[in-house]
Amino acid sequence: MKNIDSKGHVTGKSIYLDDIPLIQGTQFGVVFDSPIAHGTITSVDYSKALAIPGVIKIITHEDIPGENQIGGIIPDEQLFSSTEVHFVGQPIALIIAESDQIAFEARKCIEIKISKKNIIVDPREAQQKDLLIIPPRTFELGDTENSWENCAHIFEGQADSNGQEHLYIETQGAYAIPMENGHIRISSSTQGPTAVQRITARVLGVGMHKIEVDVVRIGGGFGGKEDQATPWAVMAALGVSILNLPVKVVLSRLDDMRMTGKRHPYSSDYKIGFSKDLKVMAYETTFYQNAGAAADLSPAVMARTLFHGTNSYFIPNVKMTAYSCKTNLPPNTAFRGFGGPQGMFVIESALSHAAKELGISKHKLQKNNLLINGDEFPYGQIADGVELNSIWQEMESKFDIGSIEKEMDEFNSSHTDVKKGFSLMPVTFGISFTKTPMNQARALVHIYTDGSVGVSTGAVEMGQGVNTKMLQIAAHVFLIDPKRVKLESTNTTRVANTSPSAASSTADLNGKALQKACNTLLERLKTCAADHLGVSSKDITLKNGMVYTNENPTDLTWEQLVMMAFLKRICLTENGHYATPKINFDMKKEKGHPFAYHVYGLALTQVTLDCIRGTYDFDAVKIVHDFGKTMNPSVDFGQVEGGLIQGMGWMTMEDLRYNNDGQLMSNTLSTYKIPDIYSVPKTVTIEPLETNGNDMAILKSKAVGEPPLMYGIGAYFAIDQAIKSFNPNFNSTFDAPFTHEKVLMALYGSLVSE
Amino acid sequence: MIEFILNNKPVKTDQPSGSLLLDFVRYEQSLIGTKIGCREGDCGACTVLIGELIDGKLNYRQVTSCLTPLGNVQGKHVVTIEGLNMESLSPVQQFMVDESGSQCGFCTTGFVVSLTQFCLANSTPSYKDAIASIDGNICRCTGYKPIERAAKHITESLTDKDQNETLDWLIAQKFIPSYFNQIPEMLNALPKGNHDSQNGTLMGGGTDLYVQKLDQLIDQDVDLILNTHGINNIEIENDSCTLGAGSTATDLLESDIFSSAFPRLKKHIKLVASSPIRNMATIGGNFANASPIGDFTAFFLALNAKIKLTNKDQNRTIYLKDFYKGYKDLDKSTDEIVSTISFKLPTQDSHFNFEKVSKRIHLDIASVNTAIQISISENEITQTHLSAGGVGPIPLYLRETCDFLLGKTLSPETVQSANEILQSEINPISDVRGSANYKRLLLRQLFYAHFITLFPDQFTLDSLK
Repeated sequence: MKNIDSKGHVTGKSIYLDDIPLIQGTQFGVVFDSPIAHGTITSVDYSKALAIPGVIKIITHEDIPGENQIGGIIPDEQLFSSTEVHFVGQPIALIIAESDQIAFEARKCIEIKISKKNIIVDPREAQQKDLLIIPPRTFELGDTENSWENCAHIFEGQADSNGQEHLYIETQGAYAIPMENGHIRISSSTQGPTAVQRITARVLGVGMHKIEVDVVRIGGGFGGKEDQATPWAVMAALGVSILNLPVKVVLSRLDDMRMTGKRHPYSSDYKIGFSKDLKVMAYETTFYQNAGAAADLSPAVMARTLFHGTNSYFIPNVKMTAYSCKTNLPPNTAFRGFGGPQGMFVIESALSHAAKELGISKHKLQKNNLLINGDEFPYGQIADGVELNSIWQEMESKFDIGSIEKEMDEFNSSHTDVKKGFSLMPVTFGISFTKTPMNQARALVHIYTDGSVGVSTGAVEMGQGVNTKMLQIAAHVFLIDPKRVKLESTNTTRVANTSPSAASSTADLNGKALQKACNTLLERLKTCAADHLGVSSKDITLKNGMVYTNENPTDLTWEQLVMMAFLKRICLTENGHYATPKINFDMKKEKGHPFAYHVYGLALTQVTLDCIRGTYDFDAVKIVHDFGKTMNPSVDFGQVEGGLIQGMGWMTMEDLRYNNDGQLMSNTLSTYKIPDIYSVPKTVTIEPLETNGNDMAILKSKAVGEPPLMYGIGAYFAIDQAIKSFNPNFNSTFDAPFTHEKVLMALYGSLVSE
Repeated sequence: MIEFILNNKPVKTDQPSGSLLLDFVRYEQSLIGTKIGCREGDCGACTVLIGELIDGKLNYRQVTSCLTPLGNVQGKHVVTIEGLNMESLSPVQQFMVDESGSQCGFCTTGFVVSLTQFCLANSTPSYKDAIASIDGNICRCTGYKPIERAAKHITESLTDKDQNETLDWLIAQKFIPSYFNQIPEMLNALPKGNHDSQNGTLMGGGTDLYVQKLDQLIDQDVDLILNTHGINNIEIENDSCTLGAGSTATDLLESDIFSSAFPRLKKHIKLVASSPIRNMATIGGNFANASPIGDFTAFFLALNAKIKLTNKDQNRTIYLKDFYKGYKDLDKSTDEIVSTISFKLPTQDSHFNFEKVSKRIHLDIASVNTAIQISISENEITQTHLSAGGVGPIPLYLRETCDFLLGKTLSPETVQSANEILQSEINPISDVRGSANYKRLLLRQLFYAHFITLFPDQFTLDSLK
């Protein structure tokens, strides 16, 4: 089944936040933010701005009836700064005017004085000054300290990966409207409707029941709208509570890029030790996460870095420590992969480093250390259902790694100004929110008396096709025409207390809840049919809209059965609740079984380097991916392709730049470049691995949102390898992204100092 | 009063000529399928088509409506996604659905509009051109591979397109709604008079001005070069080519004069901006905005082009290389406009090349660009013009390097020595497009690339190392 939204998308009829028809009297909000990365506000003069015709009100911290606090994990972030500013772009006030344009004009007239304080943008500097969001965490397995002496080879180094702008094409925004009795309805472009509801209630000082949040769909999220869609929605609601008029806040692209957090930049140290037969015996690493000025989701992101620090390899002795470092950048936040990619980049760097020193192909080192069933992850979970070796074999049989390598060597020895490189990037990614309580979901199903079905879940549609999967599940259980099922908007009054659509697990959690609700309704209907037909309910089946007894068709249609049940006063509505079984994690011991299952895969990336100009083209990426039993190939393959390119962007051209004053330099689409159609690999081949699937996954179809992003890491190491064949003296710096600048400097490193 | 055809109906508006087409279609006309992504022409979510009659034939180009002054659509046909919708999906829409070319959907209408422009083009359809039509559309979800597959199917479905009766064929095959065949008549019925907007900021395509000072323009009338000055013709007289400064990059690309004079033109222009931007951006505008990194400035500096500056009373002609006095400081009084550009056509023994590297190869501003025109006679350099952008406060014409090369034997040694002179002529700074060191090294490499590209038998990377 194709994405159910696609027809609306190609005709421009799909509704996004900015497309909601405006109610008369709607006012527009523009955020006034700090121009300075760290300091104390000594004065703000709004008088000139307020004098502009059409400016209705400027809301500041003084207007907040409840708590001026929007922190999710840790209460350390004000909605509007009261005295201290901690990053450029930190909201100070909301200008509400009759139009956006008037509000923008007014913003220019606000005069602010800030007494500057010391600005820190480097996570290592923050760590040295003990500026940490939370105390450091360490994951340990075995005993690294006593392992080094038994290692035949030890390598140490540093690996850094930069941040990444989400660049959802639809910017952040919300539209709040007043309802009766002080209730407020918020339409928000958010991945986390409950977060919006909870924080709005907190800031307004009202009960959550007074705040309704509704999401039809969002124009891309990628994690950037998990927690950071909240402030704008709260501001709009605050405007409503003060003015009793509808208020819309949609960020301009410049404001969005400046005010919101990104993927976390990381700086890391590693030490890796091998036995004589090139088994990794010990691995130590320290991660310095650049959290920005407030916690946001950084502690959870940091945890996933630790969970995925050893990627797809079994290492008996591991010690990984992570610091969440407080700097004067906008609070960094969730981004597809959620810290996992940053952890994997470090071990892949360590392996590349070792391979070069040992003079062997990196992929041999990788293959020699793959995780197998029964191995223990550093966090205590025992690996089960591991597909890495079969994936590797599949890659070898389908694409012949050996001959690719040989052809590449031959090409490189016969060419001087172009060079080829390739890399292999295995991925092992755990599925579940690592905070166990978040692994729950609910779904509300109505069967209407005409037999059509309405489905509400906590899942937010953001292009990942979750609504299509939900519709498939309902149609699959009831065995009716999918056209008879409607997916409702995501709304906190229908499905409450939801987890955000994140962690790749939205379809699993909401789908399992939906499946339970549908099954319960189905059982009720079967009982009703059995009573009517005088048979046992276990002999009843439904398919193609008809009732069958012992596989024989009856005259009873789905519609008749539904109406019959209604007349018998049988409940045709059901709420399903699902909580992932088995999972647990003890943060004191840093051990447990945090993941329902893992997703495995392997990418082979081939690149050609223009050694004259220092530019590159990706020839091909070949992927073997573990979908389980995919319930929707077109949706799932789309996630792999899209995730891959997003990861490649992070590793290549996406060059996030802050200066030492904490100002974002790459603050527009003309200075921050994401892949265009010409920069993607010429071919992307995806081979689904044949497996039996995993029962913890919805319909045995494994989660697919985040894991493919990490295939993109292969791009970095393919370029790295190609450079080495041009400049054998090149010492890898492991400093992603590999921009054209870094490539040219690496090719001609020795000539630059002239 | 601005009048034009919007989808299937004529519209009149008294909005200022500097207001944006995007805001007009979205907020005045409630055509919500045109999306706002960046408001700087870099994402393509707001792409619409602009059609006009050229020699009696409808010609459609895609533009980013976020950078289109409303005044520039006077007398034209504007098509949004709503104007392409029919009872059933068009083949473009259907292939995008079939290949899952849409995920979150926010960029999708822009892709559909651009791909429809490809179908409407009065040329033989090729897959390459299909991709080129969406080179200004950014998608963050799909990774483009499904869109490539859709483009392949669309190209194939156009195999039987009748080049002479494009519109009728497309209507019959349900690529576009049938009202399109009434558009020529509707356009002819629009009043010919130009709206009165000769005060205000002088504007060509607006592709740079709206990025720089949006809020100073959108509630104003502007002086639109394309409407009021009508200077976009390209002509040859004797051995010289003259083009109106209002010529767009696409005008150049589609000009027979340019493509025969510059065999690599397509390759060069592919490196500059994107299709929608090239459809609007004028060459004169590129010169006059004085960016030290203007791609066409570098291109024409290497042609040793002259520009004519015109005001009410007089004309004067200067070399483009003398136009730039300092950072954003031009030899031009405020009442003068760049009206024409002229240059000597390349001769048999002259060679031209343009090089550019940026963070992203396409649709990006250069880290460094450079162009060269060089004439060789019996392996001696008899004439050369060399330019470089991004390595100083103005677009540079590298006089000393040119002087050095003149009369020298064409050899790797000469080029290496010339690079030393070149390095002394430039003064790059470190910024978001690269460090000063990088830009020096990059210009050296691109300078070498000129010779490796133009004289592959005499130059290799090895010979220059």
